Amino acid sequence: MRFSLVSLVVVLAAGAALAQAVAPERVPLQAHLTGPIPPLAKYEIVGNTIPQPLTAQPGDAVRGRRVIADASNSTCLICHEVPALAEFPDQGKIAPPLEGLGTRYTAAELRLRLVNAKLITPDTMMPAYYRTEGLTRVQPQYVGRTIYSAQDIEDAIAFLLTIK
Amino acid sequence: MRALGLLLVACATLLAATAAHAQGWPLSRYSVEGRNSGYFYLGQQTRLLQDDDFQNPGMFAVDAGAAMWRRVEGTQGRSCASCHQNAAETMKGVATRYPAYDAKSSGILNLELVINRERVEKMGAPALAYESPELLAITSYVSHQSRGLPKAVDITGPAAPFFEQGKEFWNTRRGQIDISCAMCHDDRPGMLLRGDTISQGQTNGHPMYRLIWHTISSTHRMFEWCNTSMRAEPYPLGSPEYLALELYVTWRGRGLPIETPSVRK
Ligand code: HEC
Ligand code: HEC
Repeated sequence: MRFSLVSLVVVLAAGAALAQAVAPERVPLQAHLTGPIPPLAKYEIVGNTIPQPLTAQPGDAVRGRRVIADASNSTCLICHEVPALAEFPDQGKIAPPLEGLGTRYTAAELRLRLVNAKLITPDTMMPAYYRTEGLTRVQPQYVGRTIYSAQDIEDAIAFLLTIK
Repeated sequence: MRALGLLLVACATLLAATAAHAQGWPLSRYSVEGRNSGYFYLGQQTRLLQDDDFQNPGMFAVDAGAAMWRRVEGTQGRSCASCHQNAAETMKGVATRYPAYDAKSSGILNLELVINRERVEKMGAPALAYESPELLAITSYVSHQSRGLPKAVDITGPAAPFFEQGKEFWNTRRGQIDISCAMCHDDRPGMLLRGDTISQGQTNGHPMYRLIWHTISSTHRMFEWCNTSMRAEPYPLGSPEYLALELYVTWRGRGLPIETPSVRK
């Protein structure tokens, strides 16, 4: 009992220290890909848009930039060139370059594009970043999980809108 | 969409061909009626590595296979050479026919599995584990005897349903990423996927020496890699699913000369 209390204090202290060390990072990248499966956020599709954000927490463009560039989680750079991320080498060239998005799209349009681009272009190669159903032979560790968390989607949108 | 894909492929192929021609590379040997070996999409360094038998790291596997060819193993006191003598004559052309339908097992066998069956049934030796250095070595050695000969698998008769199964596998989106083999290797060869140039996903060079793995590698290991990169659960190496897929993929590359051991990125 005494032991667990002590360890609890240690954990709390460590937690506080960690929270400080990674200050701008509200949620670590890929946290949703391990541990308990997070519940899916509900959303409503209106035309080619999802008007309402998936999270209460507004999108954070700084974190969104890191979400998009995260090489070990289906980065957009696999397929798209993103001139705004010029520091990342070897950008893909099999999809249109992500330029001027902030002037061509609204947040609501980008939200549907990221959540499930197949609802816009059924035969697109672009993965649905917020979808768990209708998939074939998903690796067990990913079953029931989305590529991006709801917060990742909102943060990514905030960043993409800064690309003028 | 499909038409656009084809157009893009055509453009990419043309560009790749022009660039290579400028370097004076004899690429016609790696291309048959628009079907291109992986060699076609390699950088110059990797091509040079494959071309020089003294530098090609896959030749170590071929040499190891040559030693195995003559090594007596199993309860029957035989080696491969006891029955098949000089591989340069007896094995010439054999690899062009695999994978093939096998009436005895009512399924598809590829070169690896045929070699394993010879070991068990004719030599009384244990089957070698899939992807073991030994199985890769003897497979590379046998396939190497057909270097330069065109791949020509039989997809008719009893092989036909397996061919269809493999074709369906190829065209099915899978995994969390939800993409198919065809989306990369039919629709986008020549294009850059991050730092990699996508090829047509041909198998005429296999077993291949894959530089990022630092080892000789089988077709099925490549299938596994492509499957997990789409976050799809792979099938076991040597499984009926991958054998059917291999039959389809090999037919896709029909006529391409065998390159074993190829070098790939
Ligand atoms: C596996 C390939 C692939 C990946 C990974 C990918 N996309 Fe796409 N994306 C495409 C393709 C192909 C298109 C072309 C249009 C279509 O097919 O719908 C596209 C189109 C788009 C468009 C519309 C382009 C325009 O100019 O109007 C946007 C925006 C977009 N993607 C954003 C993203 C973002 C953001 C990510 C990462 C979170 C991403 N994509 C990841 C393949 C991909
Ligand atoms: C996201 C893109 C992508 C998808 C989807 C994909 N691959 Fe690949 N594949 C690659 C890349 C990249 C390589 C390595 C470079 C090359 O040879 O294309 C490769 C290589 C290969 C090779 C080796 C080619 C050679 O010359 O040795 C084969 C065979 C292959 N893939 C088969 C498949 C099969 C079967 C599937 C479906 C299960 C598949 N691929 C799905 C990207 C992909």
